[in-house]
Amino acid sequence: MSTTGVPGMLAAAALIARKDLAIEFRTRSAFLAALVFSLLAIVIFYFAWDATAVSAADLAPGVLWVIFTFSGLLGLHRSFGVEEADRAIDGLLASPVDREAVFLGKAIANLLFVLGVQAIAIPAVALFYNLPLTRVLAPLVVIAVLAAIGLVAVGTLFSAMAANTRLAELLLPVLALPFFVPIVLPAAQATARLLSGRPVTEALSWLRILIAFDIVFIVACALAYPFTLED
Amino acid sequence: MTRPATEPSLPSETPVVRGDSPPRPPAVEVEGLSRRFGRRVAIRSLTFALHDGDCLSVFGPNGAGKTTLLRVLAGLLRPTSGSARIAGVDLPGGAAARAVVGLISHQSMLYSALTALENVEFAAKLYGVSAPRQAAFRALERMRITDRADSPVRSLSRGMQQRVSIARAMVHDPRVVLLDEPYTGLDEVGAAALTDALHALKRQGAALILVTHHLGEGLALATHTAIMREGQFIEYAERGSVELDAYRDAYRRAVGQ
Repeated sequence: MSTTGVPGMLAAAALIARKDLAIEFRTRSAFLAALVFSLLAIVIFYFAWDATAVSAADLAPGVLWVIFTFSGLLGLHRSFGVEEADRAIDGLLASPVDREAVFLGKAIANLLFVLGVQAIAIPAVALFYNLPLTRVLAPLVVIAVLAAIGLVAVGTLFSAMAANTRLAELLLPVLALPFFVPIVLPAAQATARLLSGRPVTEALSWLRILIAFDIVFIVACALAYPFTLED
Repeated sequence: MTRPATEPSLPSETPVVRGDSPPRPPAVEVEGLSRRFGRRVAIRSLTFALHDGDCLSVFGPNGAGKTTLLRVLAGLLRPTSGSARIAGVDLPGGAAARAVVGLISHQSMLYSALTALENVEFAAKLYGVSAPRQAAFRALERMRITDRADSPVRSLSRGMQQRVSIARAMVHDPRVVLLDEPYTGLDEVGAAALTDALHALKRQGAALILVTHHLGEGLALATHTAIMREGQFIEYAERGSVELDAYRDAYRRAVGQ
């Protein structure tokens, strides 16, 4: 046998992300669950909505970010769930790739998962609440992507921590949701300003907070991640 | 036959030297290795060395610390004290050490939604094997399971999954192979394929550590044997021509059965 050398951090991360997406593409279980949850939530919020009391522009940001937060958790839980079944994680960790590459690969796959859900949920919310999507689409996509990065960084870390426990499904939201707040809050505020027709510059201060928390969470989670894998 | 585990072992054979190159470091070197889980000591003060082509068969009752020893040597657990080196590289943390180790565990370590070939190919890529698809196919061939190469792992029987798992662990032709009850679940064909593969690996100079409850399987491959109890090697020996029955009696006496 000859080797071409152990893959570097980015190559290994891409390999792991591709494997995770291939598994999700085959089973579609988490994506379908997230999609069904998103559409159900949109419908429930829609029928509970009194349009004479609250405007669509005021309600829609809350609906969007509730959906993104909880549907994201479904994918994040599965991220390390597939590794724990038959202890495939041992195969990854016993291989010569870095722990950080495992985190990055998982995070990339989770990010694509969350963005996939967002790509369907945003037009669906716009349709139900008659939002001027074309006018705010570009800045809304920027907010969604930035928030997804933060959610995924935190969620991937806690998914790894929770997966080793018997109460993983319960523990992941309990651990992750408090850390989602600094991400969801500025994202929802920036979305509200966009949807209510205010100038994009009004959302910038919230975007700065969002970017700051993204950086903090990415660095902190990447540093903390190897320790979550110790028995 | 008996020698306390805490004494350093002497090399059983002269290390394999190829041409004029300097002797390679031992494939596995363990010195005073201990691992605790809280207050429970899983392995205590183990010392031994294995060279290329050696096979250490470790026997012992459940909970003796055999699996923990393999997990430390695979880089999955940090030692509490002492040291472990694979091919001269300290564990844990040494990617160079992990690159030459193959691990076969109780569990398959496979992704059930992927096919057998995809699982082994994924492992080949992680280890940087060139032409990973071909290497994966060859590894499956060695385990005589190419007819199910394109089947999802979830559709395979337990024994077939074990064969794929073994192919996965051997796809990069490891210098050190750690085997935790590898014969579990294998049918006759699978067991024969595994035995052939292990003999081939030994001939190629790989060092094996085989944890098993089956004395016959263990003795058939062993150049060294150890009996483990409460985290220690209570007997450790280079194997001469030990009869199975005699060893079984010695084992029973050693573990108090």
